[in-house]
Amino acid sequence: MLEIRDLHTVVDGKPILRGVDLEIVAGEVHAVMGPNGSGKSTLAYVLSGREGYHADSGEVLYDGQMLLELTPEERARAGLFLAFQYPVEIPGVPNATFLRTAVNAVRLARGEEELSAMAFLKEARAKLKQLQMDESFLNRQVNVGFSGGEKKRNEILQMAMLEPRLAVLDETDSGLDIDALKIVADGINRLRSAGRAMLVITHYQRLLDYIVPDKVHVLAEGRIVRSGGKELAVELEKKGYAEFSSAA
Amino acid sequence: MSVSVETVKSVEAATGGEYKYGFYTDIESELAPKGLNEDIVRFISAKKGEPEWLLDWRLKAFRLWLSSAAEEPAWANVRYSPIDFQDAYYYAAPKQAEAPKSLEEVDPALLETYEKLGIPLKEQEILAGVAIDAVFDSVSVATTFKGKLAELGIIFCPISEAVKTHPELVKKYLGSVVPVADNFYATLNSAVFSDGSFVYVPKGVRCPMELSTYFRINTAETGQFERTLIVADVGSHVSYLEGCTAPMRSEHQLHAAVVELVALDDAEIKYSTVQNWYPGDKEGRGGIYNFVTKRGACRGRNSKISWTQVETGSAITWKYPSVILQGDHSTGEFYSVAITNNYQQADTGTKMIHIGRNTSSTIISKGISAGHGQQTYRGLVRILGKADNARNYTQCDSLLIGEKCGGHTVPYIEVKNQTAKVEHEATTSKISDDQLFYCRQRGLSDEDAVALIVNGFCREVFQKLPMEFAVEAQKLLGISLEGAIG
Ligand SMILES: Nc1ncnc2c1ncn2[C@@H]1O[C@H](COP(=O)(O)OP(=O)(O)O)[C@@H](O)[C@H]1O
Ligand SMILES: [Mg+2]
Repeated sequence: MLEIRDLHTVVDGKPILRGVDLEIVAGEVHAVMGPNGSGKSTLAYVLSGREGYHADSGEVLYDGQMLLELTPEERARAGLFLAFQYPVEIPGVPNATFLRTAVNAVRLARGEEELSAMAFLKEARAKLKQLQMDESFLNRQVNVGFSGGEKKRNEILQMAMLEPRLAVLDETDSGLDIDALKIVADGINRLRSAGRAMLVITHYQRLLDYIVPDKVHVLAEGRIVRSGGKELAVELEKKGYAEFSSAA
Repeated sequence: MSVSVETVKSVEAATGGEYKYGFYTDIESELAPKGLNEDIVRFISAKKGEPEWLLDWRLKAFRLWLSSAAEEPAWANVRYSPIDFQDAYYYAAPKQAEAPKSLEEVDPALLETYEKLGIPLKEQEILAGVAIDAVFDSVSVATTFKGKLAELGIIFCPISEAVKTHPELVKKYLGSVVPVADNFYATLNSAVFSDGSFVYVPKGVRCPMELSTYFRINTAETGQFERTLIVADVGSHVSYLEGCTAPMRSEHQLHAAVVELVALDDAEIKYSTVQNWYPGDKEGRGGIYNFVTKRGACRGRNSKISWTQVETGSAITWKYPSVILQGDHSTGEFYSVAITNNYQQADTGTKMIHIGRNTSSTIISKGISAGHGQQTYRGLVRILGKADNARNYTQCDSLLIGEKCGGHTVPYIEVKNQTAKVEHEATTSKISDDQLFYCRQRGLSDEDAVALIVNGFCREVFQKLPMEFAVEAQKLLGISLEGAIG
């Protein structure tokens, strides 16, 4: 589903990604771990097309398409979802309006009919319940005055509503207490399916106790320096990232 | 040959269809000779069959306008080349053998025009609960639901008609809020005013439907000088809506209106405007000069006047809907969204004049500038010596889209009473790249993203609009901002 080949990215004149190779097939969950500042978010931004984060060389194939040639909204409509490390506030816009606009933009692009207000509400309520979120979430302004944990849950709610093919989750565990972490992990696990792939970015192994990955990669100094099974995460937790920083 | 064929010029196609109302109705019109002099004033008055007192009133205004006492305001933060007041028509009306007495008699070409503007005038098709007065160039062509309103004693008719049917009311209130000598454009309007609506709501009556006037400028080189007067008698309540459009033309056209509101004891007037005059093209050619004086007087104790405006159109807007808070415990409100895109300019705001005790006012202004748009919020809060415990809260937010536009805030605060509490908050922000990217990552196009974010920015004001108009305003906002980024 996703093939990243020799990806190089310079941000603000600084080389951040220096030859990333990564392949994910449908149905798999991969974790990318690495020290702070190693370029994990940069990778997420390059994949989702954020301005200022361009590939200087290398290519990314998504379902056989040249992903990097698409605009951010084209990527989103093609089923790529990014759960933001720092979700953005949009004052004055009710969460429900934002969600419904997004869902319908994606549906229209897929040639499906727009969801009616009623159908949307019904679906949103069901998803809220699964994430143990109060219905008042729908009326609150997008991320305005949300606690860190609420913001992260809101990202997962959006993911659940948008039903992406490829989800990139950037530090979705940060800022969550253990109970919230379990609920969010549950929400994510519920979305695991044969047709869907996930790239779970995290600094800590903790999240991977709940979302058990098929593969774990270590990103350090702009490259995937090691890949392995879920036991790699446990090893990293014990040893830290020191060995990779000096190795490069 | 009273009925002519309507041809719709497809200016839309040529310009990418941003302004949906730019068509022109090819209908035979009766015009006053070009230019402005006493004979023209007499011509307009005669056309409307006005009584002597009103002609005298107009002539007095005209002479004042000619004298040096009336000076074109130069303080507003807008730029335009001098207006040649002789190079325009001051009266234009669709030719009709006789004034239509009912909707059945209205020229079908006119009905079709309003249909196309989304304002069907056939009563059975009308938005439930909205009565409409349709003003086309200098005359009112139709008013709906008049009969139903009359049963409650509510008068809703063209002001030219009210002059004849209710002269005592018109005489009593006309010019009582905006005096003839108020300002250059108000003086001009007093001399040459064409049509507009007159509303009187009797004691204790809650008007059961929204009253609405739809203004349409059609004829080229014509100014529109509407005059609206709304009087809410003791304990009454009325909500009034105003909408406006004009064809796309490369020359500028002047629209200089005067609106006066009077609220007596315990009365409430809610006045909403969705102003969508032709704004000019992307290079700033053409568009309406919207130089308007709107003012309400809370004459009675415990009365309330609320202005809500959504200003998306016009090349230049110069407009300060104000409230004079005379009655003790009276309330004034001003909620405004103004958008300037391309080369549009707006200098707009409000004046809240606190005279009575325990008066309070609220001002919420949301200014959005994009392209080369220039916008100034200009507001005056004046608390006079006897206005014990007066309160004002002002919040003024500007949103800038792009690098070439400008947003300015000019608040004037004058307080002559120690017990007053005046609060002023102002912010200037930009649509952040973070917000845009967040929306686009969820599948929204960048234009939809901008519209969504701007709608959020305007929410407090849109919530004050009647339901159907809030939806309309949101759509309009999206259209006005087309091409604002990218
Ligand atoms: N917009 C930016 N401007 C300047 N430097 C940036 C920007 N974004 C990221 N960086 C730098 O790139 C490096 C990688 O950052 P990031 O991808 O956020 O790492 P991680 O998510 O792994 O913590 C850091 O050194 C960071 O300072
Ligand atoms: Mg990061």
